[in-house]
Amino acid sequence: MSVPATNEPLLRVTDLRVRFGARAALSDVSFDLFAGETLGLVGESGSGKSTLARAILRLVRADRGAVLWRGRDLLTCDAKALRGLRRDLQIVFQDPLASLNPRMTIGESIAEPLRIFAEESTALEIEGRVAGMLERVGLAADMMNRYPHEFSGGQCQRVGIARAMILLPKLLICDEPVSSLDVSIQGQIVNLLLDLQRDTRGAMLFISHNLAVVRHLSHRILVMYAGRIVEIATRDALFAAPVHPYTRALLAAVPPPPAEGFVRAPPALMEAPAAEPPPTGCPYRDRCAHAVTICAASAPALEAVAEGHWVACHRSRELLSFAP
Amino acid sequence: MVPALRIEDLSVEFTQRGARIAAVRQVSMDVAPGECVGIVGESGSGKTQVFMAAMGLNAGQAAVEGRVRFEDADILGTGPSELNRVRGSKLTMIFQDPMTSLTPHLKIGVQLAEVLVCHAGKSWSEARAAARRMLERVRVPEAARRLTQYPHELSGGLRQRVMIGMSLMCEPTLVIADEPTTALDVTVQAQIIDLLRSLRAEAGMALVLISHDLAVVAGLADRILVMYAGRVVESSGAGALFGRALHPYTAELLKCIPSLSGPRLARLPTLTGQPPRPGEAFVGCAFAPRCPRAAQRCRTERPLLQDVSGGGPEPHAAARRVACHFPLSA
Repeated sequence: MSVPATNEPLLRVTDLRVRFGARAALSDVSFDLFAGETLGLVGESGSGKSTLARAILRLVRADRGAVLWRGRDLLTCDAKALRGLRRDLQIVFQDPLASLNPRMTIGESIAEPLRIFAEESTALEIEGRVAGMLERVGLAADMMNRYPHEFSGGQCQRVGIARAMILLPKLLICDEPVSSLDVSIQGQIVNLLLDLQRDTRGAMLFISHNLAVVRHLSHRILVMYAGRIVEIATRDALFAAPVHPYTRALLAAVPPPPAEGFVRAPPALMEAPAAEPPPTGCPYRDRCAHAVTICAASAPALEAVAEGHWVACHRSRELLSFAP
Repeated sequence: MVPALRIEDLSVEFTQRGARIAAVRQVSMDVAPGECVGIVGESGSGKTQVFMAAMGLNAGQAAVEGRVRFEDADILGTGPSELNRVRGSKLTMIFQDPMTSLTPHLKIGVQLAEVLVCHAGKSWSEARAAARRMLERVRVPEAARRLTQYPHELSGGLRQRVMIGMSLMCEPTLVIADEPTTALDVTVQAQIIDLLRSLRAEAGMALVLISHDLAVVAGLADRILVMYAGRVVESSGAGALFGRALHPYTAELLKCIPSLSGPRLARLPTLTGQPPRPGEAFVGCAFAPRCPRAAQRCRTERPLLQDVSGGGPEPHAAARRVACHFPLSA
């Protein structure tokens, strides 16, 4: 099941499932991603956001489903083909320092994709590309001979972005790229990602637990809970009329701007009583103020409640009619 | 009134590869009994180091100068045996990561009860009963069962509740909470803030809340200190600060917080540049290179933290102080 498409998606994920031992880390995940589109992916820790990112790139093994990249299944293609396709699929990780090799200069790190894909033949050409990219991400070209430890977190994240963008990928996956950065630096990185995306017209999957950041840069938003998609909607629909009780709880929990003071946590917002969600039925039912008998009996499937707005909740029809 | 905590001219320096790195520079502050003071600042601003030094938790690693008084005793520079009369009982700390601050191989009940056995000379059976009551106070469901569980069996939010409970076992005068919600999801964060707020109303302890997140601090603090590059640059009542910041750094920081309401912006507001790197030498105001209001004077002469509320010499809760040559008007 996927969001209705007007044109062919760049990326189509269908029924993706990942298991870690007996535990399902991802179940029945399906969505499309189009060129030039930014899809925000939100959910709490353990909801499967990073696993989804890694499963798409085949950095973890999915045991069911398909990841179609321009019609080709990344999960079944051979290693050689995958390597070629990965040229267009890049990722920026959360911890900017840990994702750079401390023994390589940042210039070497950024040049590595060029060397792997033999894009430029001479050292001079490579250096030129790296210098250009460094300037594009707001760092001075003469910084290329320095090592990661000489940079701040925000600067290291710029290096990580430069490394991911140097091949002008068609898909950029950003896994919590600003979560470890200070608020004064977050905006710089988000704006840089927006600029780069406008240059390349690529697609972006932007993972974050910060709904306010996601709101500012996403066209559509996908909400995950316990390895499942619980809601997909356009940005405006999700923020104006969220339907799934979990989405509503997430939005209610965001602290308002400091000037407005802090609102009490809504009573419906309950913490999971156990570290693990229940294995059958709706995984959110233990925390849900709207749970009824059927929620324990079966896991709700993702269903359209409006054009382009999909919700996995047995009570979505009723919830639609009364907004929070 | 004797403050719960008084820090005077505290400086903390580290030595790295022969170079001296100042983490905290002449910081002074009072925390009144029962007051909640929020300490905000970016990573590297020294906000955590002030309290690590005050609690004697960076011993041997850092050169610490200044004076720290807890209630009526000097605690800076005293040995561990002296410090441990208050540390962990009357003066306690909650850390960011509840997983690494709980002992993984001890049951929750033992870890909570131990506080009373060690600090209050209680018997294990008394302490165990108190531990159970404490879990109920910090709203941990099924308290009796949780006592027999290990930290890994609890969710992050429950672990942080246990940590908070542990910090309250001896009815402390002051709890220092260092980024208590940063490792938690936003839904759980809202609950922990709610819990801290009700516990403060019930127990009346003073609370220092250290966070990089102004929105979290806004939910709890009576008074806010903003730190930048090792110094306090603004100190103000919370309402006044969020209503109208005086230091350009505070004002810019507030603008940077993306909001769920209001118009969606094509670009996020940003603060240009980076904070000074640890050990980086600068003259004048540390914020000048990033400051939209900076003038020549800011690059040569360091602004002192000055009272701008026209109050008397005695520090009072409503006093506003700012370290800026050209502060915004209140």
